[in-house]
Amino acid sequence: MTDVVDGRTGGRHRGGPGDVAERHGLAHVPLIDPAGSTGLLEVLRRRYLLSLLVRREIKARYLGSRFGLLWSYINPLVRFLTFYFVFGIIAGRGATVENFAIHLFAGMVIVHFLTESYSAGMRSIIGNKGLVQKMAMPKEMFPVASMLVSLYHTGPQLVILIGACLVTGWDPDLVGFGAALLGFVIILVLATAMALLFSALNVLFRDFGRLVQNITQVVPFSVPMMYPYELITERFGTGIWHTVYMANPVVEAVLLMQRGFWVNTTGDDQPAYVESAFPADLFQRGWIVLACCTVFLVFSQWAFSRLERRLPEAIG
Amino acid sequence: MSVATATRTGLESIVVDHVSKEFRLQYHRTLKQMAVAKSRKQKISDRFLAVDDVSFAVQQGESIGLMGLNGSGKSTLLRMVNGSMVPDRGSVRTRGRISGLIATGAGFHNQLTGRENIYMNAAILGMSRQQTDARFEEIVEFADVGRFLDTPVGVYSSGMYSRLGFAVAVHVDCDVFIADEVLAVGDKPFKKKCLAKMEEVRRSGVTLFYVSHAAGSVKKMCDRVLVLEKGRLVFDGDVQEGIDLLEYDGDDGDEENDDEVLGADI
Repeated sequence: MTDVVDGRTGGRHRGGPGDVAERHGLAHVPLIDPAGSTGLLEVLRRRYLLSLLVRREIKARYLGSRFGLLWSYINPLVRFLTFYFVFGIIAGRGATVENFAIHLFAGMVIVHFLTESYSAGMRSIIGNKGLVQKMAMPKEMFPVASMLVSLYHTGPQLVILIGACLVTGWDPDLVGFGAALLGFVIILVLATAMALLFSALNVLFRDFGRLVQNITQVVPFSVPMMYPYELITERFGTGIWHTVYMANPVVEAVLLMQRGFWVNTTGDDQPAYVESAFPADLFQRGWIVLACCTVFLVFSQWAFSRLERRLPEAIG
Repeated sequence: MSVATATRTGLESIVVDHVSKEFRLQYHRTLKQMAVAKSRKQKISDRFLAVDDVSFAVQQGESIGLMGLNGSGKSTLLRMVNGSMVPDRGSVRTRGRISGLIATGAGFHNQLTGRENIYMNAAILGMSRQQTDARFEEIVEFADVGRFLDTPVGVYSSGMYSRLGFAVAVHVDCDVFIADEVLAVGDKPFKKKCLAKMEEVRRSGVTLFYVSHAAGSVKKMCDRVLVLEKGRLVFDGDVQEGIDLLEYDGDDGDEENDDEVLGADI
């Protein structure tokens, strides 16, 4: 019993050289909310942890696979070839649109980046149940990491796209680069916002995943990549349905990507295509869409912070 | 604030102020089941208070034993203290870096190797790569997983798994250390090693939050005991009195003498 008493008083002595309070200058550290977080800003601040999470997910995706990253080339290539044969050759789209394969693939690269980001992001919090329940960390880490992993896997697809462009005779210009970059940034912001929102909603409503599967089915057909933009103006003119169609931010992003890659491979026909295959105000639309997606991201962060507190218990 | 220890001098390390946490029990899974239950005027869900209006304050360097029967709200309270859960009412405030283990597990990723999990876990607890590098040898030595360091933790035995978790948590340079049933798993030598290490951490002035059913180790480690009963804080004060309140002493002394081993042997 005596040594118990000794042990008790032992912890009471403070101020020694090894004392934590002194070493860490705790007198100057404020009392804070241990669950407090500044959301995405906190994620940016803790880049080291984010990089570990991203590396872990990249590793996990091809775990036990012999071909590894090669699948990131094979999968989009097969998808591309399938679409190309069906729409370009069987449906005869290739006759009316020059280099239809690139027209299609330029869009597919970012559509795929988007769908991958929000699908993986949606599952990210449930998939990290153990961490979410036991460790205090900004939970935005998980959907953001999923988005970055999808971004990483977009690299090989861009390589295939650029390769295809070079083969068909690419004549890149600065405006085109700007367009492609703007399109990519739109999708990056949109993907982050969707991944963030979906990750929380998926925990609270497990049916959400089914709904999202349907969105993923629709997205590739809702943008002008398997058919030319001209088709939309032919059908809808510039009326209300055109406005509705164009309200989808992915449409602008796909058009901007095509402006950057596809149109520059069409050689002498380029001026005519620039005229017919894109809306005249493409860049204005692009900037407006980017602004809207940024607002959506802010909204997603706001909603996430609201839902976040319910996640550890809802994840059960 | 109904804080018994407010008169003590020094820095406050943890301040828990009128904290409540409510959980919802959902009785039905599908909308159809819910509609049927509703039409029969049955309850579709129920609420219960896992933590009910708990207030206390802990000074830097104190070591607190948190006791209570299973389901009394200990782990929920700890989760609110470490920030992985947010209270429904009231507030929790802490000072400095918190480390520790909740409900024995550390949130490892089964497909990652021991080495990778060490870095990941340390990063979550706020350590940089350099800080982890500096302590890596110590962690590995303490965890004692040998050549399993570079195999996925999914194949670890439960003992190895918890040893690694404890090793990382205890080597984080923290100001508050939470130990939730750390001794529930692990063999006797490891339990001794854990207790010795926690004693070292405690002596360095780290606030210790210790959950255990082992009265002996609580007596040895703690200078104050909190007792939870059905989510309410029913006792806050002297260690022996708290243990007496739970009548742990008598029970445990008869069985296997496990507590006595942990309390007196070391």
